[in-house]
Amino acid sequence: MAKLMTEQRFASPDDVYQLLIDSHRDLTPEQSTRLNAKLILLLANHIGDAEVLAEALRVARQGIE
Amino acid sequence: MHATFSYPKYSFTPSDEQRTGNVRRHPVVIVGAGPVGLTAALDFARKGVPVVVLDAEDTVSVGSRAVCYAKRALEVWDRLGVGQRMIDKGVVWKIGKVFNGDRMVYQFDLLPEPDHKIPAFINLQQYYLEDFLVAQARKSDLIDLRWLSRVISARQEADHVVLQVETPDGVHAVEADWVIACDGAKSSVRKMMGLEFQGEVFKDRFLIADVVMKADFPAERWFWFDPPFHRKQSALLHMQPDNVWRLDFQLGWDADPEEEKKPERVIPRVQAMLGADTPFELEWVSVYTFQCRRLDRFRHGRILFAGDSAHQVSPFGARGANSGVPDADNLVWKLALVLDGKAPESLLDSYCDERVAAAKENILNSTRSTDFITPKSEMSRVFRDAVLELAVDQPFARALVNSGRLSTPTTYTDSPLNTPDGDRFAGRMVPGAPATDAPVERDGLSGWLMEVLDGRFTVLYAAGDGPVPAEVAEALDGLAAGPLPLAWHAVTDRRRGIAGELVDSAGRLRERYDLTPGSVYLIRPDQHIAARWRRFDAAALSAALDRAVGHTVSR
Ligand SMILES: Cc1cc2nc3c(=O)[nH]c(=O)nc-3n(C[C@H](O)[C@H](O)[C@H](O)COP(=O)(O)OP(=O)(O)OC[C@H]3O[C@@H](n4cnc5c(N)ncnc54)[C@H](O)[C@@H]3O)c2cc1C
Repeated sequence: MAKLMTEQRFASPDDVYQLLIDSHRDLTPEQSTRLNAKLILLLANHIGDAEVLAEALRVARQGIE
Repeated sequence: MHATFSYPKYSFTPSDEQRTGNVRRHPVVIVGAGPVGLTAALDFARKGVPVVVLDAEDTVSVGSRAVCYAKRALEVWDRLGVGQRMIDKGVVWKIGKVFNGDRMVYQFDLLPEPDHKIPAFINLQQYYLEDFLVAQARKSDLIDLRWLSRVISARQEADHVVLQVETPDGVHAVEADWVIACDGAKSSVRKMMGLEFQGEVFKDRFLIADVVMKADFPAERWFWFDPPFHRKQSALLHMQPDNVWRLDFQLGWDADPEEEKKPERVIPRVQAMLGADTPFELEWVSVYTFQCRRLDRFRHGRILFAGDSAHQVSPFGARGANSGVPDADNLVWKLALVLDGKAPESLLDSYCDERVAAAKENILNSTRSTDFITPKSEMSRVFRDAVLELAVDQPFARALVNSGRLSTPTTYTDSPLNTPDGDRFAGRMVPGAPATDAPVERDGLSGWLMEVLDGRFTVLYAAGDGPVPAEVAEALDGLAAGPLPLAWHAVTDRRRGIAGELVDSAGRLRERYDLTPGSVYLIRPDQHIAARWRRFDAAALSAALDRAVGHTVSR
């Protein structure tokens, strides 16, 4: 069973972060929401493992509500 | 309002018991002559059990209701001798297309395999379907159809049920050992018993219009999200016999159902969809809201619920009648054995176990489709639209597009009637699965496995290309002569001219059941797999048979 990897995995974390932020430049909040949704679907499929996704969702939800 | 169909009127004839006042005790009374009640009645008659069917009305289903009937329901009707008439009249189809805007995003094929007797789906107006079922029921002396006979109360006694029935000639009592409530989603029997029907109502409205037109759309299911002719809402198109087409327009929760039904509102919508110069006549228009609900349990003492009275789904996926018919299929052989003293009453609890599991599966699928079509929250809509947007170019997203997951039969994976596999088999024919079809040749005639599975228990013995060993034949002959209705057949790889053998002419049986010489399958009267082995073992087979009729088997 695959596990959600939460240790740092990027060669250049700042580049990755900037990539995310830059991709939303000039977008309205609505457009950003749309982009995020498409991105999540693409990445979820890339991971291809419902258990890992469930774990990621659980962690992401922590502290909300 | 129908131009293509005139409703039959079934006359009310007072029964002997009403005329004479002598109350009779019937083994089985079925409440409701819809698709499910009529199917159950036909199956009881097949098994030699006389039934009384009470229906409050005197005609078939009025207006636009079910259209799509799935392979499994058709297989049941075929076993009961009425399937072919439906297929002949119906529109056979298996391809579904899903559009977003004016682009196709997804296409599915519901029967990708060759060599099945029964098609994946047919479309047929529910009134035809019921008309054919009634005609078939009328051929049997064992089925007593009573129209304009409304059940107004039900009382359970220790060993029977007393119904009060209201007819044009007044109210009278009818007694039954067992009652099957097939009285639909608004079931009065359910209400009389104070049973809860829990689930969700979807906050959306759909305009359902049947129109008559000559059009050259193919016999496929077409579903649109956000089409150019009906922006931001979904639409559906389906071909039915007699040049009748089913159109379905999502309207949203705020729509006023009375306004939306008016021809001056409907006609422009239809014109926008079909093109202004396609001539058509409106046949029938209704506005629906949909719900997914079910009873907690389908057996309450001597009253058993089947069909919409037990569970209700939204139509996306065509899981209504298509799951009610397997209820009847599941229940009737069990109750017939109980009536005959050949199975314990507890066998009826397995009806509840198996069909509640099926209802859960259907409600899950139906709810998911409805949530995709009518997203319940802003973020749910965002994801839905993202899926549709991605689906145009990204193959993975097409699988997420959900315009209705069309009805497929349930595998009773956890059923207490199954004997778990001890040997290794590949493929889908696991204990609890509905048997899949394959061509077979018997006595020089080509036919189908489904025709062999005729409502009795069936044992298939894979003989390969050798003879059936004498001790195997003897043991199986012994079982066939025993108390339970059972037939056995040798499956052979090639023609040997031996009477009754099933020749696996196309090799599909071997392939679909993973047969090797010596393999044995035990199949239930409702064509679900009960047990299988790689080698014949008479004791194991008897134990599996005991288990399949609800005797507790110590292991
Ligand atoms: C718009 C729409 C589209 C649909 N499309 C499909 C589809 O494509 N495929 C599919 O499989 N399903 C579809 N369905 C669902 C399908 O119509 C039902 O699942 C099916 O009719 C249920 O059959 P039933 O016999 O359980 O109940 P019903 O058909 O509701 O029959 C109940 C019968 O009981 C009788 N009755 C009621 N109360 C009493 C009483 N007190 N005493 C005596 N008799 C009584 C009624 O007169 C009626 O004849 C659709 C439904 C709708 C609304």
